Amino acid sequence: MAKAKGKVHFKEDLCKGCELCTTVCPVNIIEMDKKKINIKGYHPATVKEMDKCIGCANCATICPDVVISVEREIEK
Amino acid sequence: MAVVFKRTEGLTETPFHYCPGCTHGIIHRLVGEVLEELGVLGKAVGVAPVGCSVLAYDYFNCDMHEAAHGRAPAVATGIKRVLPENVVFTYQGDGDLASIGTAEIVHAAHRSENITTIFVNNAIYGMTGGQMAPTTLVGQKATTSPYGRDPKHAGMPLKVSEMLATIPGASYVERVSVHNPANIRKAKKAIKKAFECQLSGKGFSIVEVLSTCPTNWGLTPTESLKWLEENMLPYYPLGNFRSPEEVE
Repeated sequence: MAKAKGKVHFKEDLCKGCELCTTVCPVNIIEMDKKKINIKGYHPATVKEMDKCIGCANCATICPDVVISVEREIEK
Repeated sequence: MAVVFKRTEGLTETPFHYCPGCTHGIIHRLVGEVLEELGVLGKAVGVAPVGCSVLAYDYFNCDMHEAAHGRAPAVATGIKRVLPENVVFTYQGDGDLASIGTAEIVHAAHRSENITTIFVNNAIYGMTGGQMAPTTLVGQKATTSPYGRDPKHAGMPLKVSEMLATIPGASYVERVSVHNPANIRKAKKAIKKAFECQLSGKGFSIVEVLSTCPTNWGLTPTESLKWLEENMLPYYPLGNFRSPEEVE
């Protein structure tokens, strides 16, 4: 079965910590980085286990501040 | 790996000033993406409203114009008549379009001006601090309706899309929402159709986008999307109310 592998990048300083991306991730890998505070004063969204990402771009689709860019590759 | 999602050329690099979780950002991006995909960024002219999105001229990577409160369709009419080859759109909120600007939008549709309007409906006045708008739902609390909107006193919420769909000149009228990724993708398709309607000279097009206001609704961004889904969708049903084929 073809398996999709993805990679997401966050422009952390644009993030306003609204957490909408965390609610739409089908593999639940996005979380707010409670150890970090960005230039705007929010805990930015981050991904710890990037190998689980399938590159569906749901997070980037719902992000109101265009923080996220997504790469995707289909493995055969 | 192939890049499947990146910041569109249709937006400038300026970070949005909107509150955390405000869906204005999503709608800005959709408009930017559509303008880029249609290849009309170079000849697009946007008209910004008064309201939270008053600074929209800083965010869209095309020519922009600022209009007086509610008068964006009138200004867009002038621009389109002088520059008929350009793609002209207005971006307006519900306080702007459905209240002070009702006359302008109704008559722009009535004259079937060949412009596109993006109407962001979040059922409240955002910028001025959460007052009741014509689109505020029955029972919804706002600073000017602290016990909830009373229809006996303030009337029922105004359904702009349904109203405009009764006007012969309105060629394309659709209501969409941005409360989840599936609906965001549908919203983008609707916005694209609206601009295509203008490009093929078929007359007035409007897309009403149901949106949130976490700050003035007093909810978190996640709760706001849920509130939209549970309360706004039943009163403001999604769908197409008028398409160019119907008009012909």
